[in-house]
Amino acid sequence: MSAAENSGGGSVDYIQHHLTNWSVGEGFWTLNLDTLIVSLMLGALIVFAAMRVGRNLQVGAPSGFQNFVEMVLDFVDKQVKDSFGGKDNKLIAPLALTVLVWVWLMNFMDLIPVDLVPAILHGVGLEHFKLVPTTDINTTLAMAGVVFLLTVYYNIKVKGVVGYVKMFLFHPFGKFLIPVNIIMTAIEELAKPLSLGLRLFGNMFAGELVFLLIALLSGAATLGAALLIWFPLQVVLDLGWLLFHILIITLQAFIFMVLTIVYLGMAHASEDDH
Amino acid sequence: MNITVTLIAQMIAFVVMIWLVNKFLWAPLSAMMEARRQRIADGLSASERGKHELKLAEERAVQIIKEAKEKATEILAQANARSNEIIDEARNNAKAEADRILSGARAEIDREVERAKQELGKQVAELAIAGAERILKREVDAKAHEAALADLVARI
Repeated sequence: MSAAENSGGGSVDYIQHHLTNWSVGEGFWTLNLDTLIVSLMLGALIVFAAMRVGRNLQVGAPSGFQNFVEMVLDFVDKQVKDSFGGKDNKLIAPLALTVLVWVWLMNFMDLIPVDLVPAILHGVGLEHFKLVPTTDINTTLAMAGVVFLLTVYYNIKVKGVVGYVKMFLFHPFGKFLIPVNIIMTAIEELAKPLSLGLRLFGNMFAGELVFLLIALLSGAATLGAALLIWFPLQVVLDLGWLLFHILIITLQAFIFMVLTIVYLGMAHASEDDH
Repeated sequence: MNITVTLIAQMIAFVVMIWLVNKFLWAPLSAMMEARRQRIADGLSASERGKHELKLAEERAVQIIKEAKEKATEILAQANARSNEIIDEARNNAKAEADRILSGARAEIDREVERAKQELGKQVAELAIAGAERILKREVDAKAHEAALADLVARI
């Protein structure tokens, strides 16, 4: 009941406390250390698992973990092939796989009880720790930004600089509304990474918030008879939201991956396809 | 919740992650899966080829058995003909030999009969002469029957 410890400042303080990053630096030059550490640890976990699987691959009779990895890989490959058709791109599939696995793992941190890790680290002396990297807008916008830069790169690579500029000039309304076209296309192109990053951030942030609110149920109640009602309710609600959230984190990771593939696939479409 | 330099750090981390995942997971695994696909395809085509060869071999075996049967029949017929021939030949030889032996025996018998006849004739004559001598010694004067005796001796 670590919520009780914080309840001196009320629920708002509790929530705000949980939504503050462990960071160093000021203003723009702030590094959210919790976000970086957790995401890098999860990344290291993926790479470690990948190396373990990759080191002794069984062509004949794969077993256990390799089967699972192959299944995921096949799934991602199918998604990429569905969007890209015959167009060959060696980068997209590993990119999509990275997005799926990494985002899913980072989202998964949401399922860890909200007070557990902060409470443990509080004992070590850390005031704030946000466990879920995807509830940090920097993470989601960073990935969306990389995807955006890649779409720009592939747009120019496939269509050429002239083709890319033409896309801004003559799309979507034809050559008579060039100023409108520029604005429309710019908004469209910028909306893609923004919506991509904000969607994931929003979902995870809201999910985390719901967990915090559920955690507040019995935390807000003082020790006594009321706890007998609120505590079971909290358990039931927490379990329900947990189960539902398994679906959400998977869905959000999947959506992020699919949209990444789709945006890059659109970047690969030549002028004639428009 | 502000956008900070964390964003840039995360972007770098993301790019490095993509690179690492590609290097350690995607590239080896997809290469392996491609190799497996190839192996399965090879296996399937090999089994297909094996099936085809089996069919050909079966056809050939049937052909060979058929030929062997024909040849066996032929050999059997030849053997039968030859055995008939041999039997015929043996029979003919035996017949010829039998005829030869028979005719030899007949000739021998004839000669024996002739000789016996002659012997008998001689003995009859001797007997007749002996008998005649006995009779004649008593009753017939040698002189008186000289002519008759001479005649008799001459006839025998």
